[in-house]
Amino acid sequence: MTRPRAPRRGIVEALNTSFRHWSLLPAVLVFALLTAYPIVNLLRMAVSTIEFRDGREIWTFTPLRNWDLLLADTALGPVVFNTLVFVVVAVATEVVAGLALALLIGGLTRGKALMRTLMIIPILVPPVAIGSMFKLMFNHDFGFFNQLLSYAGMPPVSWLGSTSLALLSVILVDVWHWVPFIFLILFAAVEGLPKEVLEAARVDGATRGQLLRRVTLPLLLPALTVALVFRSILAFKTFDEVYLLTGGGPGTSSELLSLHLYKVFFEQNQLGYGALLSVFTITGVLALLVPARWLTRRWALQ
Amino acid sequence: MSIMMKMSAASRAALLGWMMLGLALVIVVGPFLWIAVASFKQPIAILSGTWSFTPTLDNYADVLLSKRSDFLAGVRNSLTVATVSTTLVLVVGTLAAYSLHRFAWARWVTLGFLGWTLAFHMIPVLTLVGPWYLAFKQLGLYDTRAALILTHVSINLPMAVWLMMSFFRDIPPEIEQAALVDGCHPLSAFWRVVLPLVVPGLIAAGVLSFVFSWNEFSIALNLVSQTNATVPVVVAKFAQDYEIQHGQMAAASILATIPALVLMVFGQRFIVQGLTMGSVK
Repeated sequence: MTRPRAPRRGIVEALNTSFRHWSLLPAVLVFALLTAYPIVNLLRMAVSTIEFRDGREIWTFTPLRNWDLLLADTALGPVVFNTLVFVVVAVATEVVAGLALALLIGGLTRGKALMRTLMIIPILVPPVAIGSMFKLMFNHDFGFFNQLLSYAGMPPVSWLGSTSLALLSVILVDVWHWVPFIFLILFAAVEGLPKEVLEAARVDGATRGQLLRRVTLPLLLPALTVALVFRSILAFKTFDEVYLLTGGGPGTSSELLSLHLYKVFFEQNQLGYGALLSVFTITGVLALLVPARWLTRRWALQ
Repeated sequence: MSIMMKMSAASRAALLGWMMLGLALVIVVGPFLWIAVASFKQPIAILSGTWSFTPTLDNYADVLLSKRSDFLAGVRNSLTVATVSTTLVLVVGTLAAYSLHRFAWARWVTLGFLGWTLAFHMIPVLTLVGPWYLAFKQLGLYDTRAALILTHVSINLPMAVWLMMSFFRDIPPEIEQAALVDGCHPLSAFWRVVLPLVVPGLIAAGVLSFVFSWNEFSIALNLVSQTNATVPVVVAKFAQDYEIQHGQMAAASILATIPALVLMVFGQRFIVQGLTMGSVK
């Protein structure tokens, strides 16, 4: 079993090993320094009070103070409530609309590529531009939505300025922004449906309704679950649009978790308390992520 | 009597499909059109909500050229940050993806690495902006474009690694083995044989990384001040000023969207997979 290049194998092996190690190293370094270290630092910050005097940071160990701030934070209740309403209503609407679109477009014989291109647009536009565009469209005096109402002979509505509508308006923008994302996931699933199974059901005399309920939807269930779970977790990230549209107002009526973190960290300068909230947020996301991964793995194996 | 009645069920369904498609088109494109129209209006035409008006370029001129506007400085900052961070993301991400794909790393290394990238991708970024702020202050990097570049590398790296891994997986292993048997050493096999095969992946990861960096707002808002502000921060300022200038706001939004649209046109056939990455894989 002597190979012609036997003498060189040692060098090749060595190069191979070193390439193997340094090829992963930069990425590990990036994640260690820019994500793992800050998260460890969050734990330290969460039990401290950090103040700036003469441009220098002064850390004091005050483990209970941040918990006191947490209990005294009257905005936190509404923020958690708003965030849950936002996630449930926005994501449910997005999944239903995304599914409807995916099924409709999937049934077309032409225009699929065009539709997919179109759907990429909202995902790639700067969220700040989306917020700023919709802020203009929601404008009380000349905005598009009140123009529509006036054509219909109805009085103008304060979309962003009333406590009852502000969160709903933010949800509307989020739906516009993210239905395409759900659509892309479900459209891929619809395109991947086994044609023979659908054809067999049709030949056996299944009506359109039966076909949808008994065959198509069960087959799409894995993709639906994935889209729902991941969009729900990602919805907690929402910041840019709500920062621009309402700034969380009026009062705290449209304040979401990420915006609240921003206010605690950078408007109230409570780095310690902000860190405590961040630790809870990260724990919550991970607690959702583990079963989500398990779900997707289980589906993937089938 | 109507055309609808005469049509077969299949063509009625097709017509319904086309109508839905038309509606979706209006809903997606409508806001851009409305804003584009508003961006060519004088303040008085915007406030009166009229559809007949004399178009003007004043809003664009004001956004791009006025001394009070930081838009062009923002474009310079955004271009620098997006270009440098995208280059780094591609180099670091491609190497990591190749390493995980090609070399027999222990299971815990691969799963740990990919699990971490997924978790980090899902965590609201504002939880980390606080510690980043402190760290960059200590390093003297607060209010520099370097701080934005580093953070943007970290937020776009997960997407690049996943995307590149899926492209590496599609390469038949025989191709690389053939190169190695022919005496190519692993590094040059990677460089000359494997990399040219994943150019579509590099384009997709590059386009997405660039666009996401260009769009990123919450980090730029908090880690840099006016001189180093990126485009989204400048756009937000138009909307936040006490005296909101609606025309400029519309023009700035349209201008900020252009790079994403241009890249989408060039890269769209590569990027669909990358957009839904992490949720499907």
